[in-house]
Amino acid sequence: MIKNILNLGDAALYCDFGSDVNQEINSNVIKFFYHIKKLNLKGITNLTPSYNKLIISYDLNIHSFLSLKKKIENIEIKENNKLEKNLIEIPVCCDNNFALDIKRVENKLKLKSEIILEKFFSKNYFCYMTGFVAGMPFLGDLNQEMRLKRLETPRVKVPKGSVGITEQFCNIYTFETPGGWNILGNTPQNIFDTSNQSNPNLVNPGDTIKFYRITLDQYNEIKR
Amino acid sequence: MKSKDRNYFKILRAGINTTYQDLGRNNLYHIGIPFSGAMDKRNFQLLNSLLQNDFNSPVIEFAYQGPHLKYFGKDIFFCISGNVSFKIITKDDVIDGNSYQCYLLKNGDEVDIHSTNKSVYGYFSINGTFGVDYYWGSCSINTQAQIGPNNGNKFSKDLEIEIIEINNSFNKRKLDYLGSTIENIRVIKGTNYDYFSESSQNKFFKESFKITKLSDRMGMRLEGPKIENVVDPNIKSEGLVKGVIQITSAGDPIIMLSDHGTIGGYPKIATVISADYDRLVQLTPGSNIKFKDVSLEDAETLYKLYQMETNNLISQIK
Repeated sequence: MIKNILNLGDAALYCDFGSDVNQEINSNVIKFFYHIKKLNLKGITNLTPSYNKLIISYDLNIHSFLSLKKKIENIEIKENNKLEKNLIEIPVCCDNNFALDIKRVENKLKLKSEIILEKFFSKNYFCYMTGFVAGMPFLGDLNQEMRLKRLETPRVKVPKGSVGITEQFCNIYTFETPGGWNILGNTPQNIFDTSNQSNPNLVNPGDTIKFYRITLDQYNEIKR
Repeated sequence: MKSKDRNYFKILRAGINTTYQDLGRNNLYHIGIPFSGAMDKRNFQLLNSLLQNDFNSPVIEFAYQGPHLKYFGKDIFFCISGNVSFKIITKDDVIDGNSYQCYLLKNGDEVDIHSTNKSVYGYFSINGTFGVDYYWGSCSINTQAQIGPNNGNKFSKDLEIEIIEINNSFNKRKLDYLGSTIENIRVIKGTNYDYFSESSQNKFFKESFKITKLSDRMGMRLEGPKIENVVDPNIKSEGLVKGVIQITSAGDPIIMLSDHGTIGGYPKIATVISADYDRLVQLTPGSNIKFKDVSLEDAETLYKLYQMETNNLISQIK
């Protein structure tokens, strides 16, 4: 599954699973990630799965690059290992106050807003990875006709809960942060829960997300 | 707790970016939470050693200007590490303090931490334990993700810092140490090194870069010759580690520091070696730095030497 292992600096392995972004390669990354995580190897300080890479950070006092690389290369996992997948439903309100970029998306995609939203909600999305900021899920894939680039100038502050799209992906802003995705709505649901230390992420790599549309009243009701 | 039994500091002035830090939290990159922890691990280690605390005890980290603290409680010792100017204000006297030296504080005494000198971070702690909450095994405050004690926020005026334990068998200790600085930052070439034109690769190692004011616990933005990307200004987003130097679409380097975002989509030209990280973070905005290319094997050796040097300093504490 791993095509190549390089070093990223002097304290991390850079495991390359391929250059394409698709669910097959990503599922291999996620399976490998969960497998290594379960092994609980001494001196591994972080694992960062992404679309097609896995970065393994380690304690330089315990490992050197070559010895750890050998260890990781010798780990075999069954290709047919089933990946655990949860289906998670997430409410989204597309009221004008939340759909910050709907006009831009209409112009770029040359589609009416109702069609855009209908297409957006008609599909389930796969979680490729979480991160950048705590708990932010990177989901895909959007239909071909829904794909557009990010904002030319990123927003300094994207409101917490914003649901955005760019290229083949969508995501949910778990915190107020700078960002350049096209915002279509906002979820009242807490996607990252700091107080839940055993499982703070609502969405984890490998999960399937179903967004469903709610009214502003329903949004306020859930928020309350 | 009855108020007369309490031992605590009241913050008269919070300083610029004052937080609790320890060694940070591991194994959370996959959900988007970085290591955090003390930026300068050597000064963190030296401080806990000077105070005979556990190696991972919480300390107070400050940047540029530190806090002004007033102490209430029974006699206690404190110590500061880093290159720091501070005053100790007692009922009868005001004295200038020295870093890496322990001082006695009595009820009502104050410590006024004016500034770090030609450096960014300093550390303050006591011969005992601050009352902190732990999040994923660490008390480090990550203000970006609002994780950690004090609701994940930096310290503010009037906050009270509780001390839950004082080590009564403590003996005053000190270390003669002037600190260690660095101008050439040693790096290992990155996974996207070949994304950049040959002339830009040369410039990256030959010319100097200035550290800009847009630098904090998350990252350090540099300014210098533009680094020209000849492949693609973006990569498919992937994991980052601290010390990674990304080149933005505008052609400027940005170095990931302890609170960095866990994934990113800019190409990686190089990574700062572990041995140089503590000294890198202490460089102030306006400083010029040069990058020097080293091999992975050399970086591993240099890290061992750096750790030996730290252990040697710890053994000189008396």
